[in-house]
Amino acid sequence: MASLWETLAQSREPVPGAFHGLEASIALAELATASSLGTDLESLRGRSVLVATHSQLTAALALVELDGLARRMVLCTPDLPPDHLASVAATAAADCIVFEDAQPPDPSIAPHRVPVRVTLTPGPVNRRRTAQTEWVLLTSGTMGAPKLVLHTLASLAGTAPRSGASAGISVWSTFYDIRRYGGLQIFLRAVLGGSPLVLSSAGELTRDFLARAAAARVTHISGTPSHWRRALMSGAATLIAPEYVRLSGEIADQAVLDSLRGAYPTARIAHAFASTEAGVAFDVEDGLAGFPAELIGQGRGRVDMKVEDGTLRIRSERTATRYLGADVTVLADADGYVDTGDMVELRDGRYYFAGRKGGVINVGGLKVHPEEVEAVINADPRVRMSLVRARQNPIMGAVVVADVVLVDAAGAAHDSTGFESLKHDLLDACRRVLPAHKVPTMLRFVPALELTPAGKLVRPGA
Amino acid sequence: MSVRSTIFTQFEQVAVEQNRKLTPLSDGVLLLESGLDSLSFAIIVARLEDSLGVDPFSASGTVEFPVTFGDFVKLYEHAVV
Repeated sequence: MASLWETLAQSREPVPGAFHGLEASIALAELATASSLGTDLESLRGRSVLVATHSQLTAALALVELDGLARRMVLCTPDLPPDHLASVAATAAADCIVFEDAQPPDPSIAPHRVPVRVTLTPGPVNRRRTAQTEWVLLTSGTMGAPKLVLHTLASLAGTAPRSGASAGISVWSTFYDIRRYGGLQIFLRAVLGGSPLVLSSAGELTRDFLARAAAARVTHISGTPSHWRRALMSGAATLIAPEYVRLSGEIADQAVLDSLRGAYPTARIAHAFASTEAGVAFDVEDGLAGFPAELIGQGRGRVDMKVEDGTLRIRSERTATRYLGADVTVLADADGYVDTGDMVELRDGRYYFAGRKGGVINVGGLKVHPEEVEAVINADPRVRMSLVRARQNPIMGAVVVADVVLVDAAGAAHDSTGFESLKHDLLDACRRVLPAHKVPTMLRFVPALELTPAGKLVRPGA
Repeated sequence: MSVRSTIFTQFEQVAVEQNRKLTPLSDGVLLLESGLDSLSFAIIVARLEDSLGVDPFSASGTVEFPVTFGDFVKLYEHAVV
């Protein structure tokens, strides 16, 4: 497949498309004679590169410039802790890191360090494709360290419309970060379609972001149901008048679908199912939660879906190639199906999502593995065992809650202040080592937890 | 404790736990500019379900998502009746 740049350059002159970030707007045509990677661009050819910037705009520029040039690029999420960055670098055999001037990485992470800047450096640039660049996305792993998921531009872009189809008409935006699968889909649709893309910025108020999207006359915009609930609560949702509103990354409930219909009466409102590993499976535009049962079955187009052991399985050309690293599970089964881990229930000819297998919790589109949180709680010598589980939540889809069994439950019960201070200690320990969405929002002490005959915790949906 | 003061207390408590600086609350304060993030609101809504016994966001029918602190309080006051 042609690189991102080749696809753009083949279609029209000058190269169409633009990135609108909070800090700057950059027309992709400028990259014909200038680079965000300065004079170091050629030094990245053939390398395995970590793209580890905070800003989405610098990441977007780097992705366009590195596709076809780097051997591999790893899309580091902005919240990736420094110690995980080192393990990601090792797993991806990265020999180079692209970063922002203000945030120079530790030299031990990768020997070759190249800053990326929104102020482009003019000069001759060689946009010749010399590699079929591997795209590596991060997804959360069971014990905190991310898993690395290998894709190609072809598997990520799928049948996204190519430049020229409706170029100049669409203006794309997303509440997602483009380094996550849902956001990357929008990035690719915009870039390959030669359309402008409005990027959000960390810390930017939802109202301000929507005002920028409105100023750019956004026509297509995506986010998780939690992003959309936040937009609706901002009071600024109707600043924009999109033709197309997309939800993915979480269960879209009827309340959010109905509220979006109210806010955007003439828009196409689609909720999609996609995962980093399985790729995009389907879009539903009928305004109802869940999806029609007819979508399940083989040979219904490019995506095969089936339900086995209660979870949705997907096989398609959009599926990732494999996980990187030695100590990882197999991504797909022998027939090429990826188990999404999402449990579905059939009711009246429609499938509804019913949480995740293995107790994995989806907080606003971010996965939380209960084992990772339990390990922190169980590290306290006063704790015998704990169970971390999801509690349904109308704002974030789910929040994390913990049930804890103490070594000396009777002893602690003598004194309720003892309970409170212990609870405080445990939550404090979680806050020290875990990102906020993984910290239990409620923690209660229970006399016992149910175990399987084999002595394992009984997890909901396990 | 009134619905309003229960909500008020939860906003303050969650702001402390989430290490966020809460704007002085009045009915006109925009929720998303109160200093709290989505996760904070998610926690507040879960705790209010436990203390007030209602979750107006999950009630049947179309939910009017609250924009100001006053909207938020009203949503709960109506649901608790």
